[in-house]
Amino acid sequence: MNSQRIFDTDVQFVKYKVLKEIIRRAYEGGLEEAYMEVPKLLSPGPKAETRCCIYKERAILQDRIQMAMGGDKSNPNVIEVIDSACDECPIDGIYVTPACRGCMVHSCKEVCPKDAITIVNHRATVDKDKCIECGKCTQACPYSAIILQHRPCMVSCKVKAISIDENKKAKIDNEKCISCGACVYKCPFGAISDKSLILDIIDILKKSENNTKYKVYAVIAPAIVSQCRFGRVTQVVTAIKKLGFHHVVEAALGADITLYREAQEWNEKKLMTTSCCPSFVSFVEKNFPELKQYISSSVSPMVETARLIKKSDPTAKVVFIGPCTSKKLEYRLEKTGGAIDSVMSFEELQAFVDARGIDTTQMEDSELNNASYYGRIFAKSGGIAKGIADVAKEMGVEGVKPIAMNGIAECKAALTKLKFNKATENFFEGMACDGGCLNGPVCITHSPRNVVDVDKYGNEAQEKTIFNSVRLMESL
Amino acid sequence: MNIKVCVGSSCHLKGSYDVIQALKDILKKYDVEDLVELQASFCLGHCAQGVNMKTDDISENMMKKANISTEDGFLLLHNVTKDNAEELFVREIYPLIEI
Repeated sequence: MNSQRIFDTDVQFVKYKVLKEIIRRAYEGGLEEAYMEVPKLLSPGPKAETRCCIYKERAILQDRIQMAMGGDKSNPNVIEVIDSACDECPIDGIYVTPACRGCMVHSCKEVCPKDAITIVNHRATVDKDKCIECGKCTQACPYSAIILQHRPCMVSCKVKAISIDENKKAKIDNEKCISCGACVYKCPFGAISDKSLILDIIDILKKSENNTKYKVYAVIAPAIVSQCRFGRVTQVVTAIKKLGFHHVVEAALGADITLYREAQEWNEKKLMTTSCCPSFVSFVEKNFPELKQYISSSVSPMVETARLIKKSDPTAKVVFIGPCTSKKLEYRLEKTGGAIDSVMSFEELQAFVDARGIDTTQMEDSELNNASYYGRIFAKSGGIAKGIADVAKEMGVEGVKPIAMNGIAECKAALTKLKFNKATENFFEGMACDGGCLNGPVCITHSPRNVVDVDKYGNEAQEKTIFNSVRLMESL
Repeated sequence: MNIKVCVGSSCHLKGSYDVIQALKDILKKYDVEDLVELQASFCLGHCAQGVNMKTDDISENMMKKANISTEDGFLLLHNVTKDNAEELFVREIYPLIEI
């Protein structure tokens, strides 16, 4: 299988190659030599492929290895800038390209509301002190010679947590960052990355001595169905078991229970936001502290599922596998009570499976059929809103008016309305990623097809209501 | 005593919930509700032979008394359904309960 084909970008592919090599060495030996050997292996030279020279490439690879092995332990954030990889992109804002012909009409100059453009030596020149980057000149130029440039990382960050330091490197303000990971996927140089916990996970698996000392369970996020370009999700389940997991449980099972608890809680509060997206929760806490009281007190499907597992098997260890960077932060929060032991991304899962020489397409199918339709469509924007409306109805709870806030920009708008008492809805579904979890930053693919796959997976659920999951919770 | 009923994906499809419900009624019927704790468990293995049901470790003494022997020190029952649950319970498990 050509692994490069399964990722959207070469940045993901390089990250994958590093992870795969680290995982291979964790099992077959040579982890100590990784810093010395892996960069040469992945950038053999003599010509550099992506940077100025192979030495720079290798230096960056060393930093990527550090991220794969856990990153800077002193930094509490799970998202980090890889300084060496940051290409110090221009931050000029309005930039006049050489295509400017210094024409006679100079529409740019005429349209500028701040008189920031003058024509010097037959070329438009922008006075940065006056320019407000409105972009009118970029549209007015008949030669399309003026462009508005921003750093992709800064554009992707909807909470304005990224700034440029004195060395022109990107810098993340942890006070503002909500660890959504948008910048991780958007940086064209792969200079911002999530830290991997993969070595901790391998350690948990090894110490279980083949699930005899304790059992290790994998909880898989429903978005996984959109990631199985090669092989079926039921084959991926078998592949995960081959990695050494005792059993694989759908997070959608916990999602059913989350939905049940949210419907109950809404019935008491009558005004509520969801709490399953940790980046959304962090966004509310940091930007709308006055609305904090409305965040649902129910735990996320990830935690709910892990609690079910640990109730049935108290010595169990649980690893969550998902599309999300902020789950790597959530699992450490006090309110989760240590339900989750570690978190793996879909990218890391792919590297893990390949490093262990497992061919997913050759696996038998495993059963995967605990959760309901509603639990499974939690992965897409609007899934919870749909679920809460139907579930509330079935439970005899009336008056729920849900809204799906798709991405941080929409969250901001709807919460602002709520803050000023101008909202007409009373149940706020918040998801930080545009489109929902199926578009999470550490997904392997971000194709429009993902939402089709998740819908299909939902419709294939044998349980059409959440109540079997609720019965399971009650029988544990 | 503690009885675990598998609720893994495979057993779930074969009716774990119905088995759990049936067992609840059976425990009541034989007045052992307080002596037997019923629990669900994710995957007891043997997925092809579900629904699976497992007891916790049973003392040798008890086994002798009930004239039952297992090598593992516990009972693992396969192919349990809501219909055969009572028969299996009475034959295999009931004698092992210390009353």
